[in-house]
Order: sequence, then structure tokens, then C-alpha cells
Amino acid sequence: MWLSNLLIGLVRIFVGAFPRWVGSTPSYAQRIYFANHSSHIDAVALWSALPPHLRIRTRPVAAADYWNKGIIRKYMALKGLNAIFIERTHIDCSMDPLQPLIEALKRGDSLIFFPEGTRHRQALPGLFKTGLFHLAAYFPDVELIPVYLENLHRCMPKGTIFPVPLVCTVRFGAAFHRIADESKSAFLERARQAIVELA
Amino acid sequence: MIAHAQFLWLIGGVVGILLIASMTGWFLALRVKSASGRAVVDNLNARVRAWWVMVAVFTIASLLGKFATIIMFALISFFALREFLSLTPTRASDHRALSLAFFILIPVQYYLIGIEWYALFAIFIPVYGFLLLPSLSALNEDPERFLERCAKIQWAIMLTIYCISHVPALLLLDIPGYTGQNALLLFYLLLVVQMSDVLQYVFGKIFGKTPIAPVVSPSKTVEGFVGGVAGATLIGAGMWWITPFTFLQAAGMAFVTILMGFLGGLVLSAVKRSLGAKDWGTMLEGHGGMMDRMDSVSFAAPIFFHLTRYFFAA
Repeated sequence: MWLSNLLIGLVRIFVGAFPRWVGSTPSYAQRIYFANHSSHIDAVALWSALPPHLRIRTRPVAAADYWNKGIIRKYMALKGLNAIFIERTHIDCSMDPLQPLIEALKRGDSLIFFPEGTRHRQALPGLFKTGLFHLAAYFPDVELIPVYLENLHRCMPKGTIFPVPLVCTVRFGAAFHRIADESKSAFLERARQAIVELA
Repeated sequence: MIAHAQFLWLIGGVVGILLIASMTGWFLALRVKSASGRAVVDNLNARVRAWWVMVAVFTIASLLGKFATIIMFALISFFALREFLSLTPTRASDHRALSLAFFILIPVQYYLIGIEWYALFAIFIPVYGFLLLPSLSALNEDPERFLERCAKIQWAIMLTIYCISHVPALLLLDIPGYTGQNALLLFYLLLVVQMSDVLQYVFGKIFGKTPIAPVVSPSKTVEGFVGGVAGATLIGAGMWWITPFTFLQAAGMAFVTILMGFLGGLVLSAVKRSLGAKDWGTMLEGHGGMMDRMDSVSFAAPIFFHLTRYFFAA
């Protein structure tokens, strides 16, 4: 897809997005990559850091209220990134907002997921929402890979419309282990800490 | 065109040196068995491979002419600045200042060389850039570590854009009796500086015992320094025939240029360490980042430029 290649090319020129496989190696295993979120280019950066054969099976999760708005953004998200939309705002009680993600995981896709749910201005991730906990519970066999995106909070901080070029590395940590009967908050804090350790 | 033919001969000479280096590396790889020796040889071979690429890029850009050369150095500034700022802890509120540096200062500085507007080229960054950058940052109302952040961005810009842009700026000098051959002067500057780096590395690896600045730059030794400076000065003097200088003048110019290059390596090593890094980046295999290769050039180029301009240009 030309748009994917264009987006990846732009990200490479501006921020590099060099992969560092610190605790894990590229693998066909079904995975949820969860990362800190500080800029609009996070998803493309992480996506372009994956080897091409894994990239086509890995789909970024994008906020519907931002990326599903306007023709250009929607086209970019759907055609360029093969994204899955998640509803953050008007929650329809009859439907689980995680439903599209669950369907994608059932199909065997891997996901790129930002558990903070929104962008933060700091280098380290903020508190996680509960989505990651539920996905981990539904799919115990899917590997959870913590990813730290370095420098992107400086490249394109919240509120700016274009990136400045800084070398960004994408660090993939070791698969995150589940502990039986762990409470939701403990799990989420431990997951957050797994990203912090990569920073 | 005489300069053109001369240039091709010179590149032929460099290719010859690289061939010898590649063969030496290949031979050493067969001979050296110890683990530490292997690491040195592997690094040497990676450096030589990167040199082939750098020489190829430089040759193509030079043959394409003035504008390709200027664009090549603009890109070098871009990558060097990107590396420098990646290691520098700026804050989100520096975004505007950083945008100015990348998207305005680099293109304008090199555009000024292209249109040969020397007066503005010389003051654009030290005057206009110096005053406007902190103004943009201040408008963001983030006083935390303000002076420190501004100072670091200023340093990055002076070194990676202003200083490095003095290499292609040699093309705008009007030297009597040397018209149309300025590209050779550019080649001469890079050759002298890089040969000095290479010879310091080689002499240091073979004879190096006494470190000059063990804390700041552990690989620099007195033996490497003496051998490198003497060797590169001789090369610089021996190449006087491609410059507007006489033999003795060329020796003097080369000597000063090499000393500045040495100081550049030393200072930037200290800067790098104060930022907590060993290499500037990973762009050039074996060498590190772009600034690991351009550190000495960034100090040597402005001095070489101004000495040439003062003593030899019309």
C-alpha cells in the first residue's frame, strides 16, 4: 500500500523510529504491543519499527473520536495503518467498547495498543485505563509486549501539528507475565512499570 | 576543465587508499584471532566500509556541481542536528525553537551560500538565530531550566549548522587565479581533516600509550596526536598544488586546520559525555553517528574558511 509506505518513509526521515529488541525478539506469535502514548505519530512509529512480515498482521488501535473524523484522517487510519477504531466518548451501554478489538484478536491479528487512552506530555506513561486488563483476561494466550517509545513526546507534543526531527527509538521489552488472581489495579500498575523500566 | 580532471585523479587516489585499507582489513581479519583483537579489526572494517559510502556520496555530489554539494551539506547538518538534539534534554515547550532550527535555519543558511550572499551568511545564525530562538521559547512561558535549554539548542545550531556550513561556503570565495576550482579547496579541507583523524587513530592504535585527556576522550593519545598531526600536515603540504597556497603556506594552513580539528574532537567528546553518551548516534557503521565524523570538521571549517578568505580571497 503506497500510503503505508509513505507514512513509514516520513516517520523514518523525521524520527528514525529505530527498533531495539531489548527483552523479546520479532515473532509470529499473536501479540498485543502496549506502549506509552505522547504523540500522533506513536502508532506509525511503533508500526514501522516492526519487520514488514509482522507489520501486515499487526493493527494499531486508534481513537474513533479523533481518527474516524474527516476524510483524510479516516483514510489515513484505515488505508494507511489498517487501524481499528475504539470509541472513547459516547459509550453505548449495550456494546462493549473493546468489541472491535476482541473481534480482531479472535481473527488472529496482533494489536498496537495505548493503554493510557490519551496522549500525555511526559516522557513516562500516565495511569492506565482498564482496557488492557480485560483484553489480557479474554485472551490468556496472546503475548503482552511492553514497548517504550523514546523521545516522541518531544518530537510532536500534544497541541502541536507537525513533528520536529529527533531520533526516536522503539524499545520492545520482555513478554509481560500474568499472575493468577491479580487485582485489576495491581496488574495495570505492573504493566505501566514494565514500560517505565524500558525508559 | 582542468579542475574536473584533477578532481577525478584525486578521487582515484582516495579510492586507491581505500582499496589498500580494505585489503589490510581483510588480511587482518584472517590473521587476528584474539577476541579483543577481533573487535578492533571488525570495527576497523566497519569504518572502512562506511568510508567507501561517504566517499561515493561526496564524489557524486561534487560531480553534480555546486547545488548538489550545498544540498549534501544541508542534509549533513540536518542529520547532525537531529542527533545532537536527540541527546539534548529539551522540553515540549521548545518545540517552536526546534522547528525554527530545522525548518528555517538550515534551509536559509544553505540558501544564502547558494545565492552567494556572504554578509548575511556570516551573521544570520549568530545574530538573528541567537536572538530569535530564545524569544520563541520564552513565548511558551516555561521558565524551567530556561537558560540551560536555550544554551544547549544554541550550541547545537552553531556547531551543526553554522560551523558545518563553512565547508560548502568555500565555494563562494573569489580567489584570484583560482576561479572555478573552489571545489578542490573543499576536497582539500576534508582530506586534511579526515586524514588527520584517520592517522591519529592508526598511530594511536599502534603506538598509543600516553593518554592526552583520559576522562574526556580516552582514545586520544600523545603518540597518536603527534603522528596524526605530523602525517596529515605533510599530506596537506604535499597537496599544495591543488590549492591556491604555496608549499609552505599549505603546510601552515594544514597545521592550523588539523589543530582545530583535534580541538573539535576533544570539545565535542566532552559535550557528548556531559550529555551522557559514548557515540552521537548509529548512522555510520563503526564510526558512530554523523557528529562522530563531523566533530573535527565543525571546528576546522570556519577557521580554514576565514584564513583563506582573509589571506587569499579578493
